Amino acid sequence: MDFTFDSEQNDLREAVRGLLERTYSDSEARRKVAANDPGFDEKTWSRLAEMGLLGLPFAEEHGGMGAGPIEVAIVAEEIGRVIAPEPFIEAVVLAGGLIAAVGTDEQKAQLLSVIAEGTSVPAFAHAEIGTRWSPSASAVTATQAGDGWTLTGVKEPVPTGARADVLVVSAMVDGGTGLFVVQGDAAGLTRTGYRTHDGTRAANVRFDGTPATLLGTGGDQTAAIERALTEARIAYSHEAIGAMDTALRITAEYLKTRKQFGVTLNKFQALTFRAADMYVSLELARSTALWASMVQDAGGDVRSAADRTRLQTSRAGRHVGKEAIQLHGGIGVTAEYSVGHYTSRLTAIDHLLGDGDFAAARLARTVADRPTVDPLGAPYAV
Amino acid sequence: MRLQLSPELQAFREEMRTFFTTQVPQEIREKVAAHRHVSKEEYVQAQRALNAAGLAVPHWPVEWGGRDWTPLQRHIWREEMQLAGVPEPLAFNTSMIGPVIAAFGNQEQKERFLAKTANLDIWWCQGFSEPDAGSDLASLRTTAVRDGDDWVVNGQKTWTTLGQHADWIFCLVRTDPTAEKKQRGISMLVFPMDTPGVTLRPIELIDGGREVNEVFFEDVRVPAENLIGEENRGWDYAKFLLGNERVGIARVGATKKMLAQAKEYAREITVDGRPLLEDPFMARRIAEVENELVALELTALRVVANSADGKPHPASSVLKLKGSELQQAATELLVDIAGPLSVASFAEEGSDVPDWARVATPHYLNYRKVSIYGGSNEVQRTIIAGTILGL
Repeated sequence: MDFTFDSEQNDLREAVRGLLERTYSDSEARRKVAANDPGFDEKTWSRLAEMGLLGLPFAEEHGGMGAGPIEVAIVAEEIGRVIAPEPFIEAVVLAGGLIAAVGTDEQKAQLLSVIAEGTSVPAFAHAEIGTRWSPSASAVTATQAGDGWTLTGVKEPVPTGARADVLVVSAMVDGGTGLFVVQGDAAGLTRTGYRTHDGTRAANVRFDGTPATLLGTGGDQTAAIERALTEARIAYSHEAIGAMDTALRITAEYLKTRKQFGVTLNKFQALTFRAADMYVSLELARSTALWASMVQDAGGDVRSAADRTRLQTSRAGRHVGKEAIQLHGGIGVTAEYSVGHYTSRLTAIDHLLGDGDFAAARLARTVADRPTVDPLGAPYAV
Repeated sequence: MRLQLSPELQAFREEMRTFFTTQVPQEIREKVAAHRHVSKEEYVQAQRALNAAGLAVPHWPVEWGGRDWTPLQRHIWREEMQLAGVPEPLAFNTSMIGPVIAAFGNQEQKERFLAKTANLDIWWCQGFSEPDAGSDLASLRTTAVRDGDDWVVNGQKTWTTLGQHADWIFCLVRTDPTAEKKQRGISMLVFPMDTPGVTLRPIELIDGGREVNEVFFEDVRVPAENLIGEENRGWDYAKFLLGNERVGIARVGATKKMLAQAKEYAREITVDGRPLLEDPFMARRIAEVENELVALELTALRVVANSADGKPHPASSVLKLKGSELQQAATELLVDIAGPLSVASFAEEGSDVPDWARVATPHYLNYRKVSIYGGSNEVQRTIIAGTILGL
């Protein structure tokens, strides 16, 4: 058992941090980028591609780096640290991950290398109004038409759904949920993009007999979707850790400098104790996020590990996010100041793929399965 | 980063598990697991079984019985011991005065005390806290005045845990009342509890138990050779010792055992004909505590795995704080599962209430102490805010 990063992983962290800190040196830089479509910086996206990060988890034969979940975790945490709006998890981990998991060799060759190069930004169109975080689809139906398929229905909200040039779409087919690829310029595709509260973008995506290609060889893909969501949940936990780390650091700095009643705020024990509790939440969440990535790497029960880190990280994210604002006072809720944006992003991360209650309910269903949980043993380490 | 324990550590864990579950008398382990009173004889019996196998003081210098284990091995040793319900080697002996004598005592003191301390031939108690010096330990007022070859001790200690069993006490005493800083001028003295002038008065706690005591000193004459280390350096030894006290204080293994019990009992209790464990709210509550415990265990593993170079890991301060909260949450869970049965605390023969439900509330009440001793959780928050966040 080893919780330390090796030297290559440390180098990766330094490189990503360097790039992102140059781009988002202050919250004003992020605000400017977030103010204009597509809500992220295309130049930074290209630089991430040049560093090999956009193909990080893909096989080398498909233009990727063949890296594992620990490397993905490192990038996600660094993104969270500056709340970079680039859709790394959405495009690479989620949409790219699904293509890598279920695509045919031809599809992988065609779709993954362009993601890795930064020229294609795919989105996973999965969420539907009113079904929360289900891995299956019901609001979009797929119909076979000759050699191809057509899709009908609505997906919303679809993160980066308007900017994406390729959509990976889940849709109802006989006997389950299938996965399809839709080109951004397909006929019968209407996309209405909008800003989300955290400064990123989402869209209403409408299919009206829209031509689509089956991703992979067909059949029910619910398990593959669940797996991709699981891996993205772990990655989001790391992004949240990065965001919490910064939110706490900014807050501590503020307590040391802001004066009220003639003294700096850190003279008030009521405030410093609350900051200490934020640290406790952060470190416990960090432990579970690192562990979940190791479980993924080791091939253990990754779904349950993801639920564990989502539960811990969700609770921590809310705690740290809310306290970060409260300890700042009024400035914490202004758009000009950074800390509220961290809280906003943490709130979005919490709700994109499943919040703490969602994870807790799933864990509760298995709580009777074994007397104790051994995070170093079965079913996590196999 | 790697999840699996190395084959060597896995074998080590198995070895510990086998030893604890087969070589420590089962009736003692069952008592610990049931939160029943463990007698002095049983503590001694258990520690001697460990010591005979070299498992009582693995963290001591090798010369005095230590094993030169890594922090991770020590962690595994402790967790497995707690999971098996083995009474842990008496902390006053093995984590406190033993390491202090090994580090700061003279050769004669080491030879005189260490082997007997490891084997629990001497039962030590701690004379630190005073009525006006709890968390603010440096305010202590018990004095020791040099008179010929003796120190003459006067004053009062309190919260002396298991002092009623103790053969010897290690005491912080003020030897230089004129020292400018109150941390200076404190020394550490050791002496037998049956020395003339020592009186012990038990303090009854809200769980009905008597595990702590007040100890009074009236002109107690202590030979000068019983001064540990140097005169007026006692504060340094206390800090050294209290640092040891925080090791293993997360008590993950013990809380894990309580949660396993909670699940077992929640299966036996029914609500409208269904096991309480299947009640979604109860299942979720257990799941949430269990998940926090996983997070704590992983944090403890991060800390021990990365503290090999001697520097404490920053997250180590989380362990006492969260560890005590989760111990308390588990005891509370047990009371709530017992429900109406939990009031039958002192039922004896003639009651059908199961044993676990009878001890649940006293245990819960007793465990209010864990967020107070060893540096209260407010002290821990002060440490985190000050040393980690720089506030």
